[in-house]
Amino acid sequence: MKQMEKTTTPEYWEGFVGGDWQTTINVRDFIEKNLNQYDGDESFLAGPTEATTELNNRVLDLKKQEREAGGVLDADNKVVSTITSHKPGYINQDLETIVGLQTDKPLKRAFMPFGGIRMAEDALKAYGFDTDAEEHKIFTEDRKTHNQGVFDVYTPAMRKCRHYKIITGLPDAYARGRLVSDFPRIAIYGIDRLMAAKAHDFENIGDGEMTDDVIKLREEVQEQYRALNDIKKMAASYGFDLSRPAENAQEAIQWIYFGYLAAVKTQNGAAMSVGRIDTVIDAYINRDLKRGTITEEQAQEFIDHMVMKLRMVRFIRTEDYNSLFSGDPIWATLSLCGMGIDGRHHVTKTAFRFLKTLDNMGAAPEPNITLLWSERLPEGFKRYATEVSIKSSTIQYENDDLMRNEWGTDYYGIACCVSAQPIATGMQFFGARANLAKVILYTINGGVDELGKAQVGPAYEGIKSEYIDYKEFMKKLDPMMDWLADIYVNSLNAIHYMHDKYYYEAAQMALKNTDLDRTFATGISGFSHAVDSISAIKYGHVKVVRDEDGIATDFIADDNDYPRYGNNDDRADDIAKWLVQHFFEMMNKHHLYRGAKLSTSILTITSNVVYGKNTGTTPNGRQAGEPFSPGANPAYGAEKNGALASLLSTAKLPYHFARDGISNTFGVTPNTLGHDDEARKDTLVNMVDGYMENNGMHLNINVFNRDTLLDAQQHPEEYPTLTVRVSGYCVYFADLTKEQQDDVISRTYFETM
Amino acid sequence: MVLSTTTKPVVGYVHSIETFGSVDGPGIRYVIFLQGCRMRCEFCHNPDTWNIGTGDEMTSDEILAEAIKYRAFWGKRGGITCSGGESLLQIDFLIDLFTKAKAEGINTCLDTCGQPFTYKEPWFSKFKQLMAVTDVSLVDIKQIDTDRHKRLTGFNNETVLAMIEYMSDNGHHMWIRHVLVPERTDYDDNLRELGEYIKTLKTVDKVEILPYHTMGVVKYETLGIDYPLKGIEPPTHERVVNAENLLHVNDYQGWSK
Repeated sequence: MKQMEKTTTPEYWEGFVGGDWQTTINVRDFIEKNLNQYDGDESFLAGPTEATTELNNRVLDLKKQEREAGGVLDADNKVVSTITSHKPGYINQDLETIVGLQTDKPLKRAFMPFGGIRMAEDALKAYGFDTDAEEHKIFTEDRKTHNQGVFDVYTPAMRKCRHYKIITGLPDAYARGRLVSDFPRIAIYGIDRLMAAKAHDFENIGDGEMTDDVIKLREEVQEQYRALNDIKKMAASYGFDLSRPAENAQEAIQWIYFGYLAAVKTQNGAAMSVGRIDTVIDAYINRDLKRGTITEEQAQEFIDHMVMKLRMVRFIRTEDYNSLFSGDPIWATLSLCGMGIDGRHHVTKTAFRFLKTLDNMGAAPEPNITLLWSERLPEGFKRYATEVSIKSSTIQYENDDLMRNEWGTDYYGIACCVSAQPIATGMQFFGARANLAKVILYTINGGVDELGKAQVGPAYEGIKSEYIDYKEFMKKLDPMMDWLADIYVNSLNAIHYMHDKYYYEAAQMALKNTDLDRTFATGISGFSHAVDSISAIKYGHVKVVRDEDGIATDFIADDNDYPRYGNNDDRADDIAKWLVQHFFEMMNKHHLYRGAKLSTSILTITSNVVYGKNTGTTPNGRQAGEPFSPGANPAYGAEKNGALASLLSTAKLPYHFARDGISNTFGVTPNTLGHDDEARKDTLVNMVDGYMENNGMHLNINVFNRDTLLDAQQHPEEYPTLTVRVSGYCVYFADLTKEQQDDVISRTYFETM
Repeated sequence: MVLSTTTKPVVGYVHSIETFGSVDGPGIRYVIFLQGCRMRCEFCHNPDTWNIGTGDEMTSDEILAEAIKYRAFWGKRGGITCSGGESLLQIDFLIDLFTKAKAEGINTCLDTCGQPFTYKEPWFSKFKQLMAVTDVSLVDIKQIDTDRHKRLTGFNNETVLAMIEYMSDNGHHMWIRHVLVPERTDYDDNLRELGEYIKTLKTVDKVEILPYHTMGVVKYETLGIDYPLKGIEPPTHERVVNAENLLHVNDYQGWSK
């Protein structure tokens, strides 16, 4: 590793306001000094150039071919994907202002066996490809994968929980993802300076006392250093010199994109976040516009071309995986705006430009555009954002005031669908989710799985009486939840140990500080059904129907008017608040890998369908196999007091105990928002402001008529770009399974007459 | 909220509540649908609000305590709206509710068809009292032709127009709404005349065409009432645009200020 060299690069920084960022790696400081706030409206924006339209048509055509080919157009089965594994790839080199593909051809999927060779092979097989024999040998005999590491140490009980789906979606066979890298570092500093900084850090890890922690971190920083060098090599193959800082806006965007490309070439994480790049790119664009070296059309073209690339990122997945997360999502989450700690908003013209891509190239699910919302964002931007929402339903809104306070920084990004992460100083261990609706049933059935009929949980005494006594139930729920918290957290301890060992994210970690705060993410599924079930037992006098094995198969509430979560009724909402905090505290008692801090989430993506499929009838009347409601949404049909009452219920959930995110997916018909466009925008702005003011955390907004979705289900070819927001991400409606489409259609769409 | 201890609370008869009203006045509104109406408009989509004296009994304090939970959603323009039924049939309750709402700084909106309006005392004094605590009124002119109005609603339109002119002369802001029903109101000569009439008014912030829809049919079936507009389809987009032009809808932009 090279020693720190004294490098100064003033010529690349000319025209920027200087500060601490010049002497230390500090993107946040660069942003604070070089922020160009914009308070106007969208009238300055430029439409697509001819090149953009031509390239975009080509990409849409490829996407169509891909769908026709059954989901995968082409896949590599031999070359293991690394930062430098593939030759340069292009859509049409002459027209692209921002270049770089995952492999050597557009939409060709990379071979990524480090998470687990079986998963990689199954994925190939699912689409009619064989694995190269030599690669098969290497990754089964010579080289261990993350997946094998985890299964070497799992206990039989952990395997059982996984098998019976009380814990699901664990990242034990693919990359855990969910890292937000500080990609703008590459543009501002160039790779050489970043390598020098890592070399400097390396010299200061430990003092020769080789503890486990010191050894681990020293090895990791070496890996990071090598990854940085590889990023430089990969860029050089495209003809760019990343050793130095970017000279202009086009380079800045290209440099940032190469960083992202390195991430998606090496990791097939469920979520591969783009992070927060809008204000830095804006500073470069602004400098070029002032210098007169580019026009607004060109600025928009650069942004369009980068976003087009983000729309093309693909991983090859197994059918199991796809049934959890449909439609090829990769969560290229792009966080825009927010407020600075100094009280200034971070809305720039570039935030508008990113939204404009949806107009210039049509709606698309990626990147997963996330607005860090504050009531104090300027009106012009709020109205434009809601206009885009009404047109394309592709935006999610997250409460910047809440997150900024909770995380103590204004330089955080959204790591996955919903969860926040300090970009320079933090990382997250992603942890899937535990099924709390099922734990209610395990409590009643004495740890026997209601569908598999096996003893999965501990054989504590279940509920034997005809009617469930609330006090008895709660007394028995506690140890069962405690058991789940224990086995869940410890499964994750095993996973993250092995992931660090066998599938370390060197490229992504190289673009973060060396000394990191870690978060141990967990999640809850079946939330609303667990809450309503407890409420039913408390207020509804619930009778149990049992089968010949004594397993509860149905429940009848004598008083069906018991309070339900989603009506702004404290009787039910207090149960919801309690459940989040209680489960959090149970998990938090345990050892957490690498001193990470526990966080939990109430978000399910599309997995609410699969979780529901694997869960028996619950005491709130949800029938066996029926989908759960997504994320923190109330159960379907439970909401009786309208849209805002439902939002107020969700807003009550304590973010402090669910810092990984509380997702609400909101569907509304256009006419319910107002009679004309201006009124509709007004309504949405007020709705989001109101939700956030009440401490609501996250809101997906879909503006549709149910008829549109029904028609799209019948005639998918007529709606190729119809996108819908599901919990935490956005997906082409046509890419969902029939079951998931039905689920989206049957969700509550608030309408008034 | 301070409960009045000296007088008996005025009770309102409430048909239903909508927490997310976005088409019932400016911004997002908490809408209280009051029970009871004398008109029998053929296109009415809420025949279940007709009966007078039924509905849930609620006090203003009860309603405000609940409404205020939604305040964060109201923004700068939203607030509460009293609709119906015909809200003016419960004018004592309206005065009580709106007076208390104004004391809390809440925007108030009255949705009325004007049928109960009269200059007779004591009603007229009460109406003046109500107007003093009403920020904006949504007023329907169902037909400018009084004969057709009578056929459509059971009443002629003189009281309605008298109320509107009073509001106009006394600085009370209003939105004028007109339900466009083929074979009932969708006639160019009527629309033209209505457009000219609205032009003479001084306090109109917004004019809206509400295309007739058939979503109320189900309620008629449930209530066992014959549906009077059987066979009449909603107006075409062209006819809606035509009506908007004849009513000069775009000339009234005061609502967005």
